[in-house]
Amino acid sequence: MHNPFHFYTEQHLVKLLGLKARNPAELLDGIKKVPPSSIYYHTHRFLQQHFYLSPEPPNDFAYWFTNVLNFKELGEAFASVDTVEFKNMEALRTEFVKILEGYPVENPVVCPDGQEFYFMACKTFILPTQYIAHDLGEFAEMLARTSVSSLYFHIFEARMRLGRDESDFEAWFKSLGADSLARELSKLDPYTITLEGLREKIISMVRKYAKH
Amino acid sequence: MPNINDYAAVVGESVINELYLLAERVQHRTVQNINSTAVGGGVAEILTRMIPLLRQLGVNARWDVIKGNDKFFNITKNIHNALHGAEVRVSKDDWEYLLEVNRENAAELNFSDDIMFIHDPQPIALIEEKQRGNRGKWIWRCHIDVANPRPEVMAFLKPYVERYDCAVFSAPAYCREMGIPQVLVSPSIDPLSDKNKDLPEETIGEVLRRFGIDRDRPVVTQISRFDYLKDPVGVIKVYQKVKKHVDCQLVLAGGGATDDPEGLKVLEEAKSAAAGDPDIHIIFLPPGSDIEVNALQRASTVVLQKSLKEGFGLTVSEALWKARPVIASAVGGIPLQIKHKHSGILTYSIDGTAHYLKQLLHEPKYAQNLGLNGKEHVKNNFLITRHIRDYLLLFLSLYYEGDVVRL
Repeated sequence: MHNPFHFYTEQHLVKLLGLKARNPAELLDGIKKVPPSSIYYHTHRFLQQHFYLSPEPPNDFAYWFTNVLNFKELGEAFASVDTVEFKNMEALRTEFVKILEGYPVENPVVCPDGQEFYFMACKTFILPTQYIAHDLGEFAEMLARTSVSSLYFHIFEARMRLGRDESDFEAWFKSLGADSLARELSKLDPYTITLEGLREKIISMVRKYAKH
Repeated sequence: MPNINDYAAVVGESVINELYLLAERVQHRTVQNINSTAVGGGVAEILTRMIPLLRQLGVNARWDVIKGNDKFFNITKNIHNALHGAEVRVSKDDWEYLLEVNRENAAELNFSDDIMFIHDPQPIALIEEKQRGNRGKWIWRCHIDVANPRPEVMAFLKPYVERYDCAVFSAPAYCREMGIPQVLVSPSIDPLSDKNKDLPEETIGEVLRRFGIDRDRPVVTQISRFDYLKDPVGVIKVYQKVKKHVDCQLVLAGGGATDDPEGLKVLEEAKSAAAGDPDIHIIFLPPGSDIEVNALQRASTVVLQKSLKEGFGLTVSEALWKARPVIASAVGGIPLQIKHKHSGILTYSIDGTAHYLKQLLHEPKYAQNLGLNGKEHVKNNFLITRHIRDYLLLFLSLYYEGDVVRL
């Protein structure tokens, strides 16, 4: 008898840190001193808040450099940080510091009033849902009904913030002996796809294996 | 008034289920809201909708209103304006009177609830009761734009704010360094209200016919009261630049107090700038014209919000909710609602607004995608269901330390 999969969900309360940046130097200072939950918030917020049909900015820093300060190069450097490669917020913070310290800013920058970068963070609440799957068939059915926050929790939160090497789904698939399904899922880069798109892809993968 | 379960059809059943999950954890707490008015104004409007929905979720929430005379409300109006940055003087006597009225109200109110949720500056000094043995948690909710307040007014309020367990602001720019936790809770729109609910095509057509608007040509709309800060004359200049290239119509519609001399002056200036152009429709809407606003937004090819200054600017979310492409000034809370070129267009000038308006009128597919993205963004971030979720999380946050809480 295998352990069933219990779907959890998470919700974030956004905290205001009272800290803002008007130029790259102030952003660097801020990135160095904010709590890890702030780095997390600014790099993962878009995933949860924007379920766009078209490509979206990958993080708040990249958006601010590109669209507010018009620093295309820095914007691209921040956008191309492969978040999935970083297992924790300190490693991600170090990468951002490295980019900013290596970028010479010759002229003082004036940020438009009201468009400063405001550092925020989040308090995350994790709670169990009513969905408990005992096999792959049930899993696919419940994944279709659960919220995108639940999907987000099991895919992103487990890997990034709780410091695990794999998503909760992969771990459970392995426990069922569905190693190839786990491998197929691990190849998917969840950061380049909308949450609804991700949900559909995983459901279709799982359904394929559930038939076997 | 809609039931909480009615919103499942809009945001999905899973979102409502999760509200119930969170609410279960709050059900053993009582929540007392206190503000200064039962009707009129945004705070009363949101509490009128929010309290029944919280109660349907099983949260024991109630709402009391403090009493005050004309003198008190004149003082609090001045404080409100000063928090907006207006050069208004609040004297020492005024502050003394505010405290006195707060103390008189405190003598009559019941402070036995677990969570005391105090809205805006009028009842802020009720926090003195916390020191008098009320063991509950106290939250101060600021609904006002305090990005650039008069420093002396903020200096008076800050020591009171810092006696609360938590302060809540509507936009990141409103917070400041303080010794208590600060939380962001954005305002919201109600998708089931008359202003935002789906409308039958016939209703939209009837409203347009009534105002003489031609549905066969593009309609560019700005909904806002007639106020210099909404820059209606600037909007007409934008239209005039674009009209040379695209045969479009402009609708400037909004309300305003009929006894407000400045509002009437702005209206007259707009009419004069329109210079008798029959394709410019300047519509003064009486209070309660929610269906008309809804229909005008839905019938628009592009919606503008060319404000010079803005609070949160929820008219942007209203238009985005109808999947309309929106071009708006990057002021106040508007950049929270629009990510430039993703969920709308942010501009800084008449020329910039005209440039993008031309582009959106020429590229309907691009405009349509902006509108659809905008609708998704509002669905996930600016509907009343998200507002309720934030309040439930806020209540829970008072009882749990740390950045990650397992419930």
